[in-house]
Amino acid sequence: MDEARPLVELTGTTVRFGATVALDHVDFRMFPGEVHSLMGENGAGKSTLIKALTGALTPDAGTLILDGEARAFHGPHDAQEAGISTVYQEIDLLPNLSIAENILLGREPRRLGMIDGRAMRERARVILHDLGLDLDPAAPLGTHSLAVQQLVAIARAISRDLKVLVLDEPTSSLDLDEVAELFRVIRDLKERGVAILFVSHFLDQVYEICDRITVLRDGALVGEYLTTELLRIDLVQKMLGREASFFKARERVEEAIGSEVAFLSARDLSSGAGIVGANVDVAEGEVLGLAGLLGSGRTELARALTGVDRPDAGIIRIEGEAHALDTPRQALSLGVVYSSENRRSEGLVGDMSIAENIALALQAQRGALRPLSATKVRELATSWVEALDIRPADVDVPVRNLSGGNQQKVMLARLLAISPRFIVLDEPTRGIDVGAKVEIQNLVGEMADNGLSVVFISAELEEVLRVGDRVAILRDGHIVETVASADVDVDSLMALVARPDLPEA
Amino acid sequence: MRLVKHRLFWPAAALVTLLIVNVVANPNFARITVRDGQLYGALIDILRQSAPLMLVALGMTLVIATRGIDLSVGAVMAVSGAVALTIIDSPSSNPNSLGTVLIAIVVAVLVALVLGAWNGFLVSVLGIQPIIATLVLMLAGRGAALLITDGFITTVNSDPLSFIASGYLLILPFAFFVWLAFVIIVGVIERRTALGMLTEAVGINPEASRLAGVRSRGIIWTAYIASGTLAGIAGVIYAANIKAADANAAGYLIELYAILAVVLGGTSLMGGKFSIAGTVIGVLTVQALDSTILFLGVPPAQSPVFFAVVVILVVLVQSPRVHRWGRSVGARFRHSDGEADAPSSPERQKEVAR
Ligand SMILES: Nc1ncnc2c1ncn2[C@@H]1O[C@H](COP(=O)(O)OP(=O)(O)OP(=O)(O)O)[C@@H](O)[C@H]1O
Ligand SMILES: [Mg+2]
Repeated sequence: MDEARPLVELTGTTVRFGATVALDHVDFRMFPGEVHSLMGENGAGKSTLIKALTGALTPDAGTLILDGEARAFHGPHDAQEAGISTVYQEIDLLPNLSIAENILLGREPRRLGMIDGRAMRERARVILHDLGLDLDPAAPLGTHSLAVQQLVAIARAISRDLKVLVLDEPTSSLDLDEVAELFRVIRDLKERGVAILFVSHFLDQVYEICDRITVLRDGALVGEYLTTELLRIDLVQKMLGREASFFKARERVEEAIGSEVAFLSARDLSSGAGIVGANVDVAEGEVLGLAGLLGSGRTELARALTGVDRPDAGIIRIEGEAHALDTPRQALSLGVVYSSENRRSEGLVGDMSIAENIALALQAQRGALRPLSATKVRELATSWVEALDIRPADVDVPVRNLSGGNQQKVMLARLLAISPRFIVLDEPTRGIDVGAKVEIQNLVGEMADNGLSVVFISAELEEVLRVGDRVAILRDGHIVETVASADVDVDSLMALVARPDLPEA
Repeated sequence: MRLVKHRLFWPAAALVTLLIVNVVANPNFARITVRDGQLYGALIDILRQSAPLMLVALGMTLVIATRGIDLSVGAVMAVSGAVALTIIDSPSSNPNSLGTVLIAIVVAVLVALVLGAWNGFLVSVLGIQPIIATLVLMLAGRGAALLITDGFITTVNSDPLSFIASGYLLILPFAFFVWLAFVIIVGVIERRTALGMLTEAVGINPEASRLAGVRSRGIIWTAYIASGTLAGIAGVIYAANIKAADANAAGYLIELYAILAVVLGGTSLMGGKFSIAGTVIGVLTVQALDSTILFLGVPPAQSPVFFAVVVILVVLVQSPRVHRWGRSVGARFRHSDGEADAPSSPERQKEVAR
């Protein structure tokens, strides 16, 4: 590592949004050929610092030095020209264009002034191949999962002449294999002397790939450390400014339950291509974890259980009585709710305030003719903002301006506000900082203790085991096994999840 | 500064500027005379004549808020005018009886409501793109109106009907009270119930709203029904004004003026947040511009160009990007010998960050 001169250096960076100070005189530097992690709680200012670095916003104060030269970027385009490429936290691709078009947008190969479609697909295929991806470059991006879209965004960013690559929570929707693939690419780039900024709430990943860590708290710089010299527990302490709260173990429902005692029980549920003949039973007050690889059908199952997708076949019984859950509305009226993994497109109403977003489901349930009064909406929202520690605590802020983790909490608040009886949480802790993650896990426990049935989906097996009383394992659209969490550990669960279907011995 | 931040500041500023330009160009513009206890003058004319556009634009606002568009409003006006006048003109009825006129209006508006429901059905149930769905009626509606009037321009002399367009209530034109009443009714329905908030939610993020249990289909349908109904009333007022049902001229291009008025009022064509007060200001701006053209005596051949130029100016005045540009030029001017790089205002960053 060349300690002599940083490749990029930000000094005294200050960014204000109206009254909020998102960044307060922050210094930040990166050396060539290093992987640098920016750590901090949700809303600490990580994404804001990244935007200041990549020209997506102009700081109120501060200087930027790139390669020894003072620079002022007037937009992301300037930064790209200078060799700084970014994959933003919220994917900003064009779902109705093809994968190849998305990767090469703005620098399409041309022949006689016309876009050369074949050359473009060829080049995209090579780039994807380098990333270890076997995708059809001609397919529209929108038909692919969030994870694939995230990889395409990364492909788009690294296919340039790079000096600095910024990855804002790139791994949040990837599974282990894809993360390994991404890390391989990161190490390659590092060899080539590229400086990589890697933001993630997964401490394991940070410790695996990063050389150096800069910690932010409440918009201020806490310090810069070498990964090898900073213990995890100290890192968490520095990020939160306090000890992390502990996961509260609760009494578990451990015996396998049958449909007699189940609050919700689904039989032979099939939905689209994703789910075939699934049987699910969840008792009152039970947390059922769902584990499976990407594409195993976790989200499809969740959607089929909650009326978001109409199942093709199967029966859903609630307290023993068969119900048709054909629309989310019907499901909601029975207290069956779904919290989507895709907060931006399926969760939040970006231009509306925190208060309106929290009140939305309740208001929809009451119908247009029985409006909640403005005071009622504020009271409701304020109580949830307090309960979930949503920041900023000002309920009139449009949710679009919240940091990723706080957006997740707003979505949860909206669903909890209608006092559901059965809730499916699809990746509820994705993008959530270590402190808040434990809070949400504890919240799930409390909800279950209050009699709520919970289905908990997460790509992190450790978390599924922690939170779930039992864990259902999905493989290729089938529930292959349901085990009590007490009987397995992360490694044996991993083996169950990944095991190719062997003939029963 | 607070005032400038208000979302209606720039639309209102544009309207006031337009009125001031008129008064400066011709002081008669502001003159209001009293005759028989009734007010007359160019400004009063604007209030009276804006009735059809106001009603249409109100409906258009709701449709646009759901991310839709209703191109059929002009054709619906033609149909409702044709229905109303055909009933009044029928040999068995007395055109001067209030009962006949009321029945004619009710039937005409009901027909318009059905047409709106048809649009809503195509969009919300069949999922057809709003432009295409409403294009069907836009093209077919005028043909239907011609069929109703047997291919003629039906003319009537009916005092109760004429009163709607040119009568006075107390000191102001009756037509003004009609649109005012509907602005209030629509405003109360949207803002005193949760309909407005749910409409905005559907417009901003349809899928998130569906998952939150919002009846998006019903809400979108309601918007098109409202648009059709209001266009029907506009059609009756238009017919009352010219005392005839003219299937080709009624509401000609009004869909475009309505869209223009909605946008001038600050509601985005992307759907979502809408402002009824903004639409009122937008309509008055468009109508004032129309009177300006008459009042300044712009020759008919040049009036579209004049109209277009003013619209561009008004839109520029309202554009946040132009505001920023103006501010940064101003800042540079002030700081020209001080700091080289004037720190940019927070607004600018937010805009770039988006
Ligand atoms: N456009 C904006 N307008 C107003 N406030 C904003 C805007 N963007 C960010 N903020 C505020 O700035 C602060 C920092 O946000 P930022 O997105 O940088 O956090 P983060 O560290 O990336 O969090 P996360 O881990 O949740 O992604 C937050 O309090 C956020 O609410
Ligand atoms: Mg962030």
